[in-house]
Amino acid sequence: MLLDDFSRLSGLQLDALKEIGNIGSGNAATALAQMINSKIDMNVPNVKILPFTEVSDLIGGADIPVAGIYLNVSGTAPCSIMFILPVAQARMLINMLLGQPADVAPEEDFDDFRMSAMMELGNILAATYLNALSMFTQISFIPSVPALAIDMAGAILNAILSQFGEIADHVLVLETDFKKEGQDVMGYFFLLPEPGSLSTILNALGVNV
Amino acid sequence: MSKIIQVGMADLKVAKPPDKLMTAGLGSCIGICLLDRTTRIGSLTHIMLPSSLNAKNKQNRAKFADTALQMVLEEMIKMGAKTNMLVAKIAGGAQMFKFSGESDIMKIGERNAIAVEENLRKYKIKLVSKDTGGSYGRTITFDPESGDLLIRTIGHGERII
Repeated sequence: MLLDDFSRLSGLQLDALKEIGNIGSGNAATALAQMINSKIDMNVPNVKILPFTEVSDLIGGADIPVAGIYLNVSGTAPCSIMFILPVAQARMLINMLLGQPADVAPEEDFDDFRMSAMMELGNILAATYLNALSMFTQISFIPSVPALAIDMAGAILNAILSQFGEIADHVLVLETDFKKEGQDVMGYFFLLPEPGSLSTILNALGVNV
Repeated sequence: MSKIIQVGMADLKVAKPPDKLMTAGLGSCIGICLLDRTTRIGSLTHIMLPSSLNAKNKQNRAKFADTALQMVLEEMIKMGAKTNMLVAKIAGGAQMFKFSGESDIMKIGERNAIAVEENLRKYKIKLVSKDTGGSYGRTITFDPESGDLLIRTIGHGERII
């Protein structure tokens, strides 16, 4: 049972998970900083075991508009990756990527070109995160192509969380906030291991007792 | 004072006027609103998955279309509702991600909608209106007094069904 797995996690195991989250998102933050040519700060990742309903609270509520990039990761330790940004931040980020002035918010919606830039961004972040994870665990992680949706946070999350629903009521979330120097939170990076994957990862880290 | 009762993911609530029921950010999930027009007792159920048959964890019955309906009927009867005159309105069941490649989870919204309608037929509950499908999220508010279901979206308008 997933919940049992979670409740049996020791302090050492949680720390180990936090550490891989830290390394993964550190690499992703560096990649992001290079892409937009600006310093990116990040917090120490949070490891949380949350009921489905509470996941959207992490990003400010179920009906706030966000851009969500989702990748399904296969291999011996399947998991999901999400990169979620408030819509205003997503616009700003794309402007920076495309070399347009960051303070000019375009009125037009996300067009195909912008959507595809956004997905590429998700691709690079996920790949750098997973590379770091692979080096650390010797597990190979194979990400899918990214999928993108711009809509309510809750709607995006429940489309992703429903795949965990058949086995669990809770999900293990490794979450990092990215901030552009001196500004508000830019985005949230989530790694959601599938239930069986957790012990595979802990084994690889040598902390599965 | 009327309250707006929040219903979370894989959760259900029963209410009487003047209270209203609300669930925010329905994606592939479906909000099932049931109303007993004689007593005005209403309910809102937020299901995530079409069926509990293959699920390894069935503890939360509100999560699945089949078990949730059974559970909400029990709850409504407890509140004094008559279940032989129930009507239903449903919303949600979107496909949030446009993915290249075929994956079951990407069709979950559609499968949810089919399962909900099947189960409503099974319990002989009349489906009076629905707003399902599409690729956008919905926040819904159900008013048992009028029977109105208000649907709000981002960029796809607002409507009452």
